[in-house]
Amino acid sequence: MTALPRSTEKKLGLVVDLDTCVGCHACVTACKGWNDQGYGAPLSDQNPYGADPSGTFLNRVHSYSVQPEEGFAQTINFPRSCLHCEDAPCVTVCPTGASYKRAEDGIVLVNEDACIGCGLCSWACPYGAREMDADAGVMKKCTLCVDRIYNETLPEEDREPACVRTCPTGARHFGDFADPDSKVSRLSAARGGYALMPEMGTKPVNRYLPPRKKDRPQEASLLAPLLDIKASGFAGWLDRVLGKMG
Amino acid sequence: MNPAPSVIVFTVLSGMGFGYLAMLGFGLVPVAGWAAFFGWGLGYGLAVAGLVASTFHLGNPQRALLAFTQWRTSWLSREGWAAVLTLVLLAPQALSDWLVLDWWRGFGCLGAVMCFVTVGCTSMIYAQIKAVPRWNHWIVPVQFLWAALTGGLVLAGAGLVPAAASALLAALLVLGWRIGDGRFAAVGATLGSATGLGAIGSVAVFEQPHTGGNYLLREMIYVVGRKHAERLRKIGLLAVGFVPAAALLFLPPLLAVPVAALSHLAGMAAARWLFFAEAEHVVGLYYGQR
Repeated sequence: MTALPRSTEKKLGLVVDLDTCVGCHACVTACKGWNDQGYGAPLSDQNPYGADPSGTFLNRVHSYSVQPEEGFAQTINFPRSCLHCEDAPCVTVCPTGASYKRAEDGIVLVNEDACIGCGLCSWACPYGAREMDADAGVMKKCTLCVDRIYNETLPEEDREPACVRTCPTGARHFGDFADPDSKVSRLSAARGGYALMPEMGTKPVNRYLPPRKKDRPQEASLLAPLLDIKASGFAGWLDRVLGKMG
Repeated sequence: MNPAPSVIVFTVLSGMGFGYLAMLGFGLVPVAGWAAFFGWGLGYGLAVAGLVASTFHLGNPQRALLAFTQWRTSWLSREGWAAVLTLVLLAPQALSDWLVLDWWRGFGCLGAVMCFVTVGCTSMIYAQIKAVPRWNHWIVPVQFLWAALTGGLVLAGAGLVPAAASALLAALLVLGWRIGDGRFAAVGATLGSATGLGAIGSVAVFEQPHTGGNYLLREMIYVVGRKHAERLRKIGLLAVGFVPAAALLFLPPLLAVPVAALSHLAGMAAARWLFFAEAEHVVGLYYGQR
């Protein structure tokens, strides 16, 4: 069970577009909402209205500032969730066989009935994709909404992960990376999609699209009112004359 | 990483227990009759107490037996099998020593080897984890194995050999800290590689993803335990190396072993606290911490 499949027929995963993500956290709440019902133990909260609230989430949106060598700093919103790695270390460390990767589509899942809550898989994951549910005592992780994507009782447009379905800016895309002509494969190829922390040797399936280059240089300095800028033309003449009168 | 008391107790007690069981198995401690009963009882007691403690941090311990199923891939599962096999293999030898039956020592010797296989499996649970660079190094199994051997030797009796083993254990701890302190940088994971944004420029955390705590922060990004690291390192070295070595060489034998053994346990507990508390998980990068 916890042996990884040599290869998977499909490689289902996500493309996250860091150019269009506005950091609204809608994917976080949609994920929490969907995974509170139906599949597995609900994502619990501890002391949600108290002084020290805490809870289980399968998706978190970080915000980073990036300072290039030249030019202005950029703010980049960064959703972080399971990357459904091809060489998933969280699967092989599991002592009970609860953690597994599906040979048919590559989704990494937890069989909660066999999970003893030892936490070792969460240690093995470099990306913090797994969180132990404090209420159920079992490991929770992104299922790629396995209970939506194959669910024929849902309208066809809803058969994608809740985070993808809800994203108001279209920053999240779902598809099969094993098919080079799939929407996600082409999008990733066109935009230079990359894997996170390749040095960890996990071979993530999910891809992140870097922010696009700005289409024109920023001309006016936002700090202009504070800078000593020499005026020219009529304003310059006025500046000089008034300066002499003073 | 969170230095949970259950895993510290587990690794320290079972390490010393299996080390001592190995001494008894090889017949290096000449015991017979009731002395053998209490000697073997101490070894079994330490090993089993440690193993029981390891189940305390489980979310669903009632399913713990499932942990024996994945020995092909999981070091944790292998450790379970190795521990049970060791304890079963040594049982006839313990019986023989207790009742002075003078049975062939084959089971004892095999069980003694299995003691070190068990401790090796325990160490690999940690050493296999690439996401914790400080652990992902050969020094970790070497330290675990040598600590178990030293614990066994210290319990087995006073003399130059256990004193030298204690001194070498202290040296291995120092070496481990020297290697460990540079491991994170050596692996090369940075906020730039974690986010992939390093290609654009220098990355810094602008805002955290949540205002409250979460499992990741409590379990993997537990930085509070590192506060007294320097002091704990010194205490660990004194208690693991200097005190046992001095006691085993200069105190009368009846006093030497308990003093050395208790000091060894306290020192190993300090060292294991640091083993967890100082271990930086790469997920901390996403939160701007290590």
